[in-house]
Amino acid sequence: MKLVTMAGPPSSGKSSVTIKAIVSLRQEGVNVGVVKFDSLSTQDQLLYEKHGINVTTGLSGSLCPDHFFVSNVIDCLSWGEENGFDLLVIESAGLCNRCAPHIQGVLALCVIDNLSGVDTPKKIGPMLKMADIVVITKGDIVSQAEREVFAYRVRQVNSSAVILNVNGLTGQGGRELGRLLYGAPETESVEGKLLRFSLPAALCSYCLGQRRIGSDFQMGNVKKMVFS
Amino acid sequence: MRRPLSGNGPESRLLTLPLIELLRQAPCAGEFFSSLGLELPPETVSPAVYFAALDSKLLEELALEREQLAEQFTTYLALLTTLQTGRNGSRLESITILGGNDKSGRPEGFDLTMRPGEIVSLVGPTGSGKSRFLADIEWLAQGDSPTGRRVLIDGTAPEPGRRFAIDQKLVAQLSQNMNFVMDLSVEEFVTMHAESRMIDDIAGVTGSVIALANELAGEQFSPQTPVTSLSGGQSRALMIADTSCLSNSPIVLIDEIENAGIDRKRAVRTLVDRRKIVLMATHDPILALMGERRVVFRNGGIGAIITTSDAERANRVRFEEMDAKLGAVRNALRNGEFIEKIHCR
Repeated sequence: MKLVTMAGPPSSGKSSVTIKAIVSLRQEGVNVGVVKFDSLSTQDQLLYEKHGINVTTGLSGSLCPDHFFVSNVIDCLSWGEENGFDLLVIESAGLCNRCAPHIQGVLALCVIDNLSGVDTPKKIGPMLKMADIVVITKGDIVSQAEREVFAYRVRQVNSSAVILNVNGLTGQGGRELGRLLYGAPETESVEGKLLRFSLPAALCSYCLGQRRIGSDFQMGNVKKMVFS
Repeated sequence: MRRPLSGNGPESRLLTLPLIELLRQAPCAGEFFSSLGLELPPETVSPAVYFAALDSKLLEELALEREQLAEQFTTYLALLTTLQTGRNGSRLESITILGGNDKSGRPEGFDLTMRPGEIVSLVGPTGSGKSRFLADIEWLAQGDSPTGRRVLIDGTAPEPGRRFAIDQKLVAQLSQNMNFVMDLSVEEFVTMHAESRMIDDIAGVTGSVIALANELAGEQFSPQTPVTSLSGGQSRALMIADTSCLSNSPIVLIDEIENAGIDRKRAVRTLVDRRKIVLMATHDPILALMGERRVVFRNGGIGAIITTSDAERANRVRFEEMDAKLGAVRNALRNGEFIEKIHCR
């Protein structure tokens, strides 16, 4: 089975472009499944189901979605194998810019949108900088100049990725994205594979449910600001 | 999947140059550091030495991997080189679309060759295949899209890598729905675009883009006007001026631009003068008949290619007169005049 990890800021169009790509792949007889990671709730399960796409959802609740993703990725792969998919897309929540869900040797995709502004590429960490494919969405509503500058800024922080413009509404570029996804290497197992970058770290009293504020209550991996 | 890296290219030599020498040879190299959130290395220190000495904690905070920095640096400089040569590089002579099939599998039976400075109109109802046609051009389809069309540049199939070269995008688009979303003044905005294109005379080009936009727009605006407060007509004028001067794409698609506040004929002429291939998706007779040819879309494919006849050209002159009359009525309305009088003239 081929495997793709997909990440991107909230509302950047991850599900919309994935659906366009999958619908196009399905016409070519490719069987695709999706695992959607989110934190509290997601409407995307319904969105995928509406298009007849086989999907399952993982909600991380109070845990960092990235950590939750890594703890479950092997089971995701098994689920995909059991269902006989040719391609499994794992869509992560992308809730913070420090997300780093990409795995070495597994095709990595990042979705960002033109509306988020030209300074956004600089602000997004490993999920963009270490992606193999960067999909840029919402190009139909900003000016040509902004599209060009945005693509250039993406290029600045990730010079080697393939950049593709996809319109999540009309589907323009969706078919092309499908082809790129289907070019993902076969992944037998992710057991023992390395993440491309360390996940956002945390191990402090607040991780464990502490709610009271104050130096007596913060323990573990605590970082203090420097005021100049 | 990743594009070939240039680890052994001429750029890797720059890794060992002290910063002061590096910036002399590649003035834009400094942006590499700032775009990743790093400070510039000291003048006497080379990037290689600087990367090796970076504090691990800082790298962790910036989400950077030390081992990858050298490679990222050389790839970035290779990109700059491509952008700079692209800017001065040879422009294409022609684009040819070899016909494929429509939705029912019927062969289109047309090849279409377009050259810089040419206007081609695209007509047909919604869903007739105009978007697919553009997608085929953008994707440089080689029989691998639903239409089976093939796109040739200067008569030959382009190399596969060109599909993803952002500096060589074939189609720039301009449509009614597009807006400026950035919080910048007109001058800052155009300057930013010029910078991303590695233009030498940034201030000069910026000035001429703004001057041109003002010529096209009915109402004047200043370089200090925020782009988001431009009127519809002013926005369109700035987009056309900016695209014609600063976009590298040889094809410009104009999708139904409205009548208000912009000299559309002049705008299209501006693009033609800049040696763009102008595609116009429009059913406005004055614009559509400006094209030497119009491509008729039906059932997902090209149904016909019509060459504008002399009689049609003559009609266009009459449509322009009608349009001028309507325009006069519009002005009269704006000025609070009675419309009855205008009609009688």
